[in-house]
Order: sequence, then C-alpha cells, then structure tokens
Amino acid sequence: MPTLTIDGKTVTVPDGTTVLQACEQAGSPVPFYCYHPGLSIAGNCRICLVEIEKTPKLQISCYTPAAEGMVVHTTSDKVLKARQDVLEFLLINHPLDCPVCDQAGECWLQDYYMNYGLYNPKFDEAKVKKPKAVPVGPTVMLDAERCILCSRCVRFCDEITKTGELGIFNRGDHSEIGVAPGIELKNDYSGCVVDICPVGALTDRDFRFKCRVWYLNSTKSVCPGCSMGCNIEIHDNRERTQRPHVATGARVMRLKPRYNAEVNRWWMCDTGRYAYTAIDEQRLTTVQQRNGQGYQISTWNDALDTLASTLRRLRDARQLDRVGIILSTQMTNEDLYAAKRVAQALGIRNLAVQGPARPGKHDDFLMKADTSPNTRGAQALGLSLDAAGLFGRAARGELSLLYVCGPDVVDTYGRSVADQVQQSVELFVYQGSNVGGSSQAAGLVLPAAVYAEKDGTFTNDQGRVQRIRQAVAPLGESKPDWKIWTELAAHLDVPVSYADASAVFAELASREPAFQGLSYEVIGDAGALLKA
Amino acid sequence: MPTPLSNELLHRLRDARRRRPLTWWERTYLPSIGLGLWVTSVHFWRNLFLHIAHRVGAFRNFPASVTIQYPDQQRATSPRLRTRHRLMQRDDGTPRCVGCMLCETVCPAKCIYITPAEHPDPNIEKVAKSFDIDLGKCVYCGYCVEVCPEDAIRMDTQRHDIAATSRDGMWLDMTELLHPGSRKPGAPPKKYVQLSLDDCRRLKDAPQA
Repeated sequence: MPTLTIDGKTVTVPDGTTVLQACEQAGSPVPFYCYHPGLSIAGNCRICLVEIEKTPKLQISCYTPAAEGMVVHTTSDKVLKARQDVLEFLLINHPLDCPVCDQAGECWLQDYYMNYGLYNPKFDEAKVKKPKAVPVGPTVMLDAERCILCSRCVRFCDEITKTGELGIFNRGDHSEIGVAPGIELKNDYSGCVVDICPVGALTDRDFRFKCRVWYLNSTKSVCPGCSMGCNIEIHDNRERTQRPHVATGARVMRLKPRYNAEVNRWWMCDTGRYAYTAIDEQRLTTVQQRNGQGYQISTWNDALDTLASTLRRLRDARQLDRVGIILSTQMTNEDLYAAKRVAQALGIRNLAVQGPARPGKHDDFLMKADTSPNTRGAQALGLSLDAAGLFGRAARGELSLLYVCGPDVVDTYGRSVADQVQQSVELFVYQGSNVGGSSQAAGLVLPAAVYAEKDGTFTNDQGRVQRIRQAVAPLGESKPDWKIWTELAAHLDVPVSYADASAVFAELASREPAFQGLSYEVIGDAGALLKA
Repeated sequence: MPTPLSNELLHRLRDARRRRPLTWWERTYLPSIGLGLWVTSVHFWRNLFLHIAHRVGAFRNFPASVTIQYPDQQRATSPRLRTRHRLMQRDDGTPRCVGCMLCETVCPAKCIYITPAEHPDPNIEKVAKSFDIDLGKCVYCGYCVEVCPEDAIRMDTQRHDIAATSRDGMWLDMTELLHPGSRKPGAPPKKYVQLSLDDCRRLKDAPQA
C-alpha cells in the first residue's frame, strides 16, 4: 500500500496501482489516449507524461507503478509543455477534417487540444497521405489518416475477443492501422473498437453521417437483448422536434456500452448494439379492434371496456379458469408485477410467462442463449414459465379469453396452432410493441411501450436487478405495460393503481421476498442483487 | 447606486424631455406653414424643371426625384449586405458543401436542414444530398456563412425581395439554393429534395429542373 504525494495531496493506493490511476484517485486526472483500464498497457501515446521528483526525465504515468514516497507533479510547467509537444506531434499527420468526421464532438484530440493545444502550429511540410473511408468490416469504417496509433483497437482484438484481425502495418510515419488482405474485422464485439478509439479513425458504419453527436441525448439503460443485461446508454436525437429531417425522424440513433464492473465492464456485443431499430420501426401505435377481416382504429377506453366487459362476464359466470394470460420475459419486473397483481385481484390463476422463441448465440463472454432480459425476474416473482402449456390449452379450446402481453406467440408456435387458438377463443387480446404475426391475428391490439420508453427494472441471469430509464416518450398511443394493467384494473373496479414505475417497484419490493430491501435508490446505476 | 457617468446621462435625458414653451408668434403656426410650403414648392419646381429637362436631354447628371422605380429599377446595395443565401458549387456543378452541419448547428433560428451523404471521393468524404433553408424563420444573422469551413454558403445574391403568399413559398430547396432564381415565382418548393452528384452536374447546364 504505497503512499505518494500527487500535486501536494497525499494518497494511499493498493499495490500494483499505476501513477495514472493514483492521479485519478487523487483528483488530478492525467490525459491519456492509449491507456484503457480494460486493456494491457502499451505506453505509446506519451500524453500522460508526469514529473516525478528525483527522476531526471518525465515519466509516462500509465506504465509507472506507484511507489512509496513518490512526489508527482501533474500540472508543472514542464508537464504542460510536454503535453503540448506530444499533441503537436500526434497532430503532425492528422488531417484536421473535424467538420466531416463523425467523432467530432466526442473526440479526445479535440478535448485535449482545447486544454493543452499549441494554437499556433509550426508544421508546414506536406502531410503523409493514408487510406480514408475504408470499410474494414461490416460495422467499422477506418480512416488511417486520423489514427494516432494508440493501438487500443489492436489490443482489444488481441486480448478481449482474441480474434486478432487488426494490426499496425508499415513503419515510421507510414505506420497505419489495418487488416491483412482478405481479413475482415468481423467478430461479435467489433463495435467496441469504435467506442475505445479516442479519435475518429474507427467510426461506426451504422451511425455514419446519421446525426451529429452534439444533437444526442444520453440515457442510462440496460440492453434487453439477452439475459446478460449489459449496461448501456441510449443515445437519442434530442433536437428531433426542430430537426425532423435528421435520420428521417428516427428517435434512437445508437446504443453505447456503459461501464459496470460486475456485468459487462466496458463492452457490449454487436447483436445488442444494433438491435435498437425495433424502437422506431414496425411499431404498433394505435389501439386496433378486429372488424371482419381488417382492423379498425379504436380508443383505449373502448378497447379496455371490451376487455373488461368480457372479463366481468366470465367472472360473473364463474368461468375465470377459462381466462389465460401469457406474459413475457421481455417485460420489466414492474410490468410483470402489475399484471400479477391485477390477475390475483381478479382471481385469474392461468398466468404464465413466455421465454424467448428460440435461443440466441452463446459465448463465454457477454452473449447468453436466453435472448430475454428478465427471465430471472419472472422466476423471482414466482410466475410460471409454462406458457407453451397455456397456449396449448387455448388451442384445445379450453380458454375463452387469451390475453397475450408481449411475446409474439403466433411467431413462436406457428400459424396453424395460432389459427386454432383464433377459432377456439372468444377474444384474443395482443398487447405488444411491434407489428408481427400476433398483432395481425388478435381480435384486440393494445400498443405497448418498448424498453426505451419506460422506467423499470430487469433482472439479469446473475440475479442483478438493474434500472432502465425512459429515454423517449412512448410512440403514438402506446403505454407502458404496467400502466395498461392499472387502467384495466380501473375499468374492472379493482383497487390496483400506481403513480409511476417507482411506486410499482416500491410495492413489489415490500411484497415479494426476493426483492426485499430493494428500491430505485439502492439499485442506482450499478444494480443490486436479488436476495438468494 | 448609479455611477457618476450614468447620473450625468440621466440628467441629460431629463433635460432633453423638458420642452421649451412656444412663443406667441410660434403658437400661430404661421412660420411653420410658410416654411413647409417653401420646402414643398422648391422640390416641386425643381423636379418639374428637371423632368422636363431630362425629356429633352439636358441636365442628365442631376437626378430628378429620389423615388426608385422599383422593380424596374433596383437600389444599389453594399456587397457586404447579407442577402438571400446561395450554395457554392465546385467546377462541375456539385455542391461545395460537405454536409458538416455546422451551419445547421449554429443557426439561431434553426432554419437550415441538411441531409448528408457519402461522397465517392474519400478525400471529400461527405456531401449534402439535401439542403433546405426556411426563409420564413431565417433572421439573416449570417452565422451560417461565418461558420462554414468550406465557403460553401454565401449570402451575396443581392436578392432581398423575398415575398410569398404562403409559408411554403418562403422555403428554399437545394435546387433553388444552388441556382438562385431558378424557381418560377409562385412555384412550390420541393421540400427536402435530394440531389445526387449527377443531378447537380446536370443542373449546372440546365438549372430549370
């Protein structure tokens, strides 16, 4: 546990800490490009130079271990001059095409130049020309001129994905990042090299020219792509009311991983990263009631009246066992709990949760075969996962009302079984967010909000309850599932009502033993584990 | 506490407001009527004389009335005056704009709408495929011109006679911006019209697209 002095402040750090990490701890952060806490240390960008007393030359703080009694200066004239010189050196062959660079606005070269720049460039030789706008893979675009050769992306491919597609070719000022002929940067995590590239050398082909980053708003959330529950940021175009032309009016522009030491650290997979299109495309935005062969647009009030009167009639006829409710592991804990509460209050016992239709890709890093975010949550709430059995009963004609909330059952079980269900049940209600087989088969379609449009929690396969937050308003008429359930409860005179998602969670935490002691404050940004 | 300077200013303002009472002679208004008649008569006789003289070819160097016979006659304006926008072209007629959205960002009225696209030349990289300005919102501040890194937008068309019978008529689409005046008066704009580089090259020869 060495104790050292950094800019006059004394800090004690664990053994093996580098000076750079100690500086961060002491509140005197040092700039860096090549250093990344998740990768090995390369020590090649040289911008993290600090002055350590009794050493003759400046030292790179990222590779110098903190030692007992060290006296470090991070803001002395010598250090500031060195930073300026390093930046000048890094920018020698940089094309300075910030206006057409997608990284502009979140570029570390820009950020550090604002603080330590020379502002009076002396370079008047010809810049070395390198390849520009080279697609190195299906997701990544390379601009070798903008590269500062920090080698973060190379180390990521060598150390994290262990695929080793990227390398540094040639020597001296002709060095450039690239892939070997015939090789593509194509692995399940290739989007991460864009995140860790501190400059505009590697940019996302999906995000290319879509939106300037200074139009973006960021909301902390959790990826709903699989049971890993990677922490993400949802970036949406916050200026879309004034600038409806940007990306033809799409709201969510991209997803970025968010650091969580216990879950995904700094990374996320490409499957999750590019799955955001379901937020804006093929959405159900109106309440629809089947009218012969087609659909007619209805209102929430009419639709819930229809549903409530059917339920009331079945209740009065003591036939509530002919009501089946299929929920989904895509729903938040709040949605599942509200559904469970309303069903309990009505006395409906046929309640089951549908898992993902088919398993996804599985690996030993971040991708899980269970492609739904809340299977553990549904289990912890004590809900049955036998949706197939319930659907089978509907197909056999044992149910009068089938209320499907979330999963596209028609897609899962096939059109022929769905046709049987359609003929045998009196009312087939589909409450979901996207157009699919179920929304075209149901007698009543209720539009639900997607994860980016509501507050709530998911429980990942570790049993970690994590918060999702509303990034954009629900599209069209859609509403969060828990809200639809409470409105249905109001139509049935069932005393279940909540002000917001946090109120649902507060009641959930007080009634469900697995969630005891949890609240949105306790969960915070990092999540909190379920009890047992 | 007002500073001494602002105190002095306040006194001067108060004095300026305090009017001198009119004398008896002034209150008859006769001197003012006489003076007014004199000024009007001088202009009347001078213009009458000069107009007749111009008809017969004399006194051409002395302008008659100061009225500009708009729209046959246009007032000469300073080249620095910020007038209607135009998009600059490269030699082949393609826009010089690289779609960096800096003007769109800096615009305080948020009246510029750009959709960028890939440029086949990786050294240019980006080009605007649609570029629209809603003049109904524009405040003519000229920030878009100042911020442009490519000198791709200018406000030097000397067109300031902007009038329309609808809000849509105030909309400038990309064709009109590349070729000011090509849209027929009263013709509706093609909002968010997307022009490929080939379209721009063709427009260069025949701007009436």
